[in-house]
Amino acid sequence: MTRKNGKLPAPYEALARKMILTILIVSFIPVFLVSLTIYFQFHGLYRQKVEDHLVEMVRKHKQQIDAFLAARAADVQFLADSFGRAQLSDETFLQGQLAALQRAYGTTFVDLGVVDAQGHQVSYAGPFKLNRADYSRAAWFKQVLAQRTVITDVFLGLRGLPHFIVATRYGQDDDTWILRATIDFESFNKLVSNIRIGTTGIAFIVNRAGEFQTTASLPAAGKGCFAGFYACDADPSKKIHVFLRPDENGQESIFVTGLLKDRNWLLVYRQQAADAFSELHRAERMSLVFFVLGGVCLLVMAFVLSRRMVTRVAQADREKELMSRQVIEAGKLAGIGELAAGVAHEINNPVAVMIEEAGWIQDLMSDGSLDTPENQAEVRRALKQIHTQGQRCKEITRNLLSFARGSDSRNRPLDVNRVIGDVFNLLGQRAKYAQVAVETRLAPNLPLLTASETEMHQVMLNLVSNALQAMDKEGGGRLTVSTALADGKVVIEVTDTGPGIPEAILPRIFDPFFTTKPVGQGTGLGLSICYGIIHNMGGQIEVESRVGQGTSFRVILPVQTVDETDGK
Amino acid sequence: MPSSKPSEPFIRLLLIDDETVFVEVLAKRLSRRGIEVEKAYSGGQGIQLLRKQDFDVALLDLKMVDMDGMEVLRVLKLVAPDLPVILISGHGADDAARQGQAAGAFDFLAKPCDLDLLIEKIHAAVGRGGGG
Repeated sequence: MTRKNGKLPAPYEALARKMILTILIVSFIPVFLVSLTIYFQFHGLYRQKVEDHLVEMVRKHKQQIDAFLAARAADVQFLADSFGRAQLSDETFLQGQLAALQRAYGTTFVDLGVVDAQGHQVSYAGPFKLNRADYSRAAWFKQVLAQRTVITDVFLGLRGLPHFIVATRYGQDDDTWILRATIDFESFNKLVSNIRIGTTGIAFIVNRAGEFQTTASLPAAGKGCFAGFYACDADPSKKIHVFLRPDENGQESIFVTGLLKDRNWLLVYRQQAADAFSELHRAERMSLVFFVLGGVCLLVMAFVLSRRMVTRVAQADREKELMSRQVIEAGKLAGIGELAAGVAHEINNPVAVMIEEAGWIQDLMSDGSLDTPENQAEVRRALKQIHTQGQRCKEITRNLLSFARGSDSRNRPLDVNRVIGDVFNLLGQRAKYAQVAVETRLAPNLPLLTASETEMHQVMLNLVSNALQAMDKEGGGRLTVSTALADGKVVIEVTDTGPGIPEAILPRIFDPFFTTKPVGQGTGLGLSICYGIIHNMGGQIEVESRVGQGTSFRVILPVQTVDETDGK
Repeated sequence: MPSSKPSEPFIRLLLIDDETVFVEVLAKRLSRRGIEVEKAYSGGQGIQLLRKQDFDVALLDLKMVDMDGMEVLRVLKLVAPDLPVILISGHGADDAARQGQAAGAFDFLAKPCDLDLLIEKIHAAVGRGGGG
């Protein structure tokens, strides 16, 4: 059966889609927003924490290195102050001092030397053959003449090994003398090289020329590479700076820098961002996985849930459809009973006439006086009357049959005006007996409806016969049936001048089994069947009633194109 | 005094029915059986006839176009309270008979009715109403 009441799966598909979409939107938007908020909050906080940790570490080391350099300079100054040029020029004494220093600091001090104003080493204590070495051209020598105490950058010098010199100057002009100490590169290097975090975290020191002051397992960077870091010098309140930039391999890295040694050196801690934030990234990956998993669960749930619900709805609709069908069938039976009673009276009248006419002919025959012309004429008249009354019966049964025709509920193009005509053919006589004046105002050229003829008959029979019954009780009235086309819909109005329906029961008149008739005289199904049929057709039925004035039922039916359901 | 024998032609019957042909043919048949029939084709006409003359019995159709048979019965009973009224109707409804009898009808017959049965009822009505 192809009915347009939603049994087709398409509307259910649409419903399911709408439900899935709603569930997804309603659940995803808050989850997404919360996740985003948490992500950014967590991301920022964690980053800050990592950076703070690195800054703190670099600050500590910077202080440590500065303290180390200051302490070595102080050591050298202390020696010079304590013993003076004469004593220190004695190489044995000088060796004794070196041994004392090495006892205290291990191998930090490599050698000691006293240099005169011309740059010649006067005395020397240490492992190299540097007696009488000439430092007059060395950069540090020129510096120390100008500055009193100098800590040099790391250089190879005369010995060809990386080292740096702490030198301090005493005396004036030709009396000028310099105490010079070489600091072991290795022991200094340890201060920095033990800073290792993660897999890529390394620390190193560069001078302003970009030369490494510690061993660093990275290729020599361009001289300008660290120039930018020095520029941060401008803001002395912030001693440690954090930069994020690509390293020499193009890997995004975090650089934490602090200036050392009167801003001449730069302590650089460098770690690839991916390594530094590896915990963060792992947490992000984890939450992304949870988010995706949750999303998939949600998706599956939305899909399964809405499928299940729509299946239920479809099932409920099917059951409702079946139920209303059964009610309609039950109502049809009840309607047939009512119709039969109405029609019986109409048929009984002509039948009574026929029986009496036949009886009359028998009367005449029993007299044996059929020979007279008057009697023959009388017999002919009686026979003609029987024929006429027979025709009347035939007309009535023909009308009845128009209702039985197509007792299936298939939809066909249907002219509402014709249906109303059929109904009055059947109920016209009853209206007459009920002293009801019938007026029909049928709009011409109404579009055809797509509906079941039987069902439309049922609706109109119910409405008209209800009106007739209501007015019959009142001793007559006026019944107006009109059709019209309004807003592309066919509007049928059945108005009576009956007693009207009390307001108290007006909302219940379409309820199944609701009736005001005595027990056994009404099923209470008539109007509920009308309601069911009309709703199945996608239409509506409205009622307006005033006690003492009458009742008006308005049936509004959508016009459907014939080909829509014509594919029977 | 009219006796209740079928051969005696003194029963005056008022037949009220809007089915003209039925009235005509029934009147003819009843006349042959000694019942004088006054024909009324509507409730109003029947009431007028009853006002003008006396009847022994009335035969009244319940369903008529101008007036409801029940209403006619009430008026008939007002005009001639002793007149036995037999109701006839194509509507074989039991409650119509019950209602009619409550309103003072003598009996009820469903249309089409057996003529012999009708005559029997008429005699019974006359015997009770007129012979009392």
